[in-house]
Amino acid sequence: MKYISQENAPILEALEKMKIARLVPFDVPGHKRGRGNPELTKFLGEQCLSVDVNSMKMLDNLCHPVSVIKEAEELAAEAFGAAHAFFMVGGTTSAVQAMVMSACKQGDKIIMPRNVHRSAINALILCGAVPIYVNPQMDPTLGISLGMSVSDVERAIKENPDAKAVLVNNPTYYGICSDIKSIAKLAHEHGMLLLADEAHGSHLYFSDKLPVAAMHAGADMAAISMHKSGGSLTQSSILLIGDRVSQGYVHQIINLTQTTSASYLLMVSLDISRRNMALRGKALVDKIIALVQYARDEINTIGDYYAYSSELINGDSIFDFDITKLAIYTRSIGLAGVEVYDLLRDEYDIQTEFGDIANLLAYVSVGDREKDIERLVSALAEIRRNYRQTGREMLKAEYISPQVVCGPQEAFYGEKESLPLYDTLGRVCSEFVMCYPPGIPILAPGERITEEILRYIRYARKKGCQMTGPEDMELKQLNVLTHI
Amino acid sequence: MLWFTEQHTPNVRFSIKVDRQLFSEQSEFQRIDVFESEEFGRVLTLDGYLMLTEKDEFIYHEMIAHVPMCVHPQAKNVLVIGGGDGGTVRELCKYKTIEKIDLVEIDERVVDISKLYLPKVACALEDPRVHCYYEDGLKFIRHVEDEYDLIIVDSTDPFGPGEGLFTKEFYGNCFKALHEDGIMVNQHESPFYQEDAYAMQRAHKRICHSFPISRVYQVHIPTYPSGHWLFGFASRKYHPVKEVNWQAWKDLRIRCRYYNCPLHAGSFALPNYVEELLRDVED
Repeated sequence: MKYISQENAPILEALEKMKIARLVPFDVPGHKRGRGNPELTKFLGEQCLSVDVNSMKMLDNLCHPVSVIKEAEELAAEAFGAAHAFFMVGGTTSAVQAMVMSACKQGDKIIMPRNVHRSAINALILCGAVPIYVNPQMDPTLGISLGMSVSDVERAIKENPDAKAVLVNNPTYYGICSDIKSIAKLAHEHGMLLLADEAHGSHLYFSDKLPVAAMHAGADMAAISMHKSGGSLTQSSILLIGDRVSQGYVHQIINLTQTTSASYLLMVSLDISRRNMALRGKALVDKIIALVQYARDEINTIGDYYAYSSELINGDSIFDFDITKLAIYTRSIGLAGVEVYDLLRDEYDIQTEFGDIANLLAYVSVGDREKDIERLVSALAEIRRNYRQTGREMLKAEYISPQVVCGPQEAFYGEKESLPLYDTLGRVCSEFVMCYPPGIPILAPGERITEEILRYIRYARKKGCQMTGPEDMELKQLNVLTHI
Repeated sequence: MLWFTEQHTPNVRFSIKVDRQLFSEQSEFQRIDVFESEEFGRVLTLDGYLMLTEKDEFIYHEMIAHVPMCVHPQAKNVLVIGGGDGGTVRELCKYKTIEKIDLVEIDERVVDISKLYLPKVACALEDPRVHCYYEDGLKFIRHVEDEYDLIIVDSTDPFGPGEGLFTKEFYGNCFKALHEDGIMVNQHESPFYQEDAYAMQRAHKRICHSFPISRVYQVHIPTYPSGHWLFGFASRKYHPVKEVNWQAWKDLRIRCRYYNCPLHAGSFALPNYVEELLRDVED
């Protein structure tokens, strides 16, 4: 066997060889290296279209990798410290779903925090597993949900010894980490798997200045968004697994829903980004840490704003903090995060990741330049000078503990009726309602609609949050179960 | 034969015959070149874009400095952002009443190289009233409040290192950094070629949002794209033409080759198509 190392990028190398071979394409895609679609080629570039090809012998096949994709996945596994890595082309959503569906079958229980991404609950609709929610702690000032406390997880495990897995966000969108090591240990002691949603944590693997990465903490599976902090193309992702799960079975689960025409643009971007992070990740993360620390210090000297960091750590629900995250508390200038988010985009041509009702999140990555940070900080200073409001009544975000009446699958497929939103009080919702981003459900299928929830939806919508999920995209109507 | 060519648009080129290249360096921020030419004397280019020539720089520097100084002759504290070549500072130093000139240039090498190769332009940078700060203009201005009588934004184009100096947050911060009767004058791009005109409109729109008085004046610069160039005049109190004490300026007996008071007044009269471009972005 030939020797390959992290310096290699097997898919990239194979694509380069394919280009030199000058094959005559009598296969799909029909644009034939772009020649058949000049407008698309002009827009995306010849270089790009020439490698938008189908699987073939020299390029392997994602549905059944035996050569270059297999090698690229092995290199990724090595780089991330996993037993195996799967390249995913359906976003981290597909990785989270594969993870949940590999661990749970119809009727199985899975322990998870309520502030999971919708993809995790979607997976439950698909496979019929039932969530056991652990209420995450809430920071009353910042209005964000935190990590799971180990004792809460322990209680959930004791009360549900038949649960199959525990799912952990590592970290949350805001950078908050639970004590994943202890939770992994607990789960394993009770014969459960530990799954990690690392959509916001692929960089954790490459620095010792950041919270521990899931696989290093003993997780059995981790879904990592290479396209977020890893630098690969949008929609590309990696699913990592450990020794406790069967590689072949996970592969079967992935193939249930995965395309048979996986994009080589996405796969090669994973290959190149893995190489980049493996070889230079430490230095890149150091640069991000320095940029974010600079931004945080400058923002905190503007006044009123609070760009928080590791000082929040409390040893339990905020066990650790990812200092590459730039989350800013804005309510102190009398504006909701989403209002500052809108002002930045509309008035200052700055697009941030999202704003919730009290915080703004700016995503800082390897692609950022110092002068862009200056713009962000200056615009925030200007927004405070020009738009600050005092004495405004602001809804205090509080954790809304869900009343789960039935499982997501039962609710989603159950007999339902559509009612005007504000007539749904007391009924059981059969669909999702969430602000996107961050895409964390306010209501998930099977949960009771309370006055508190309706008030929150009304307020978030008034502040300009984009509400997604329901069949009625304008959210005038909401589907509720008829029989409960 | 050696020629320096700048692409003014994808379809238009402008060339100057060059005797020799005097200097070339890639600094931390940009590529800096100095050429010697028969027609224009020495030529400074940044990232391949012509910044100034010895032959026509007086037009730019006189018009960016004397227009606001004539309107507001009491100005004592002046901030120049960009302008590392020193031309704007040279014109400002002609006013004995100015007490302090802060020059904020992101690229120290531009200043060093100008002192070495463009002494006629950089000659006043050693004036004791001049203080040089080598940092991002946007960052510098953010920390300043109610400090200056006049801010001159002598920037490169709205791409590359000068990008941040064409943003709304920058103009807003300039407003905040000025006294209540302060003036900001800025390099405002050209109305002629479409790309430049877009940049000009965007800048005007953003300045209008921050300043109660926002006017534009024109100037003729042979070596800039189309030769037709604009400056922005943004002010918290003074109108650029009405109630200006022209006689007071004449009494200062400052020698200029381009600037004079009737030209100052006339430069605010703009062609119809330019007026229209500006009106389009005014609310």
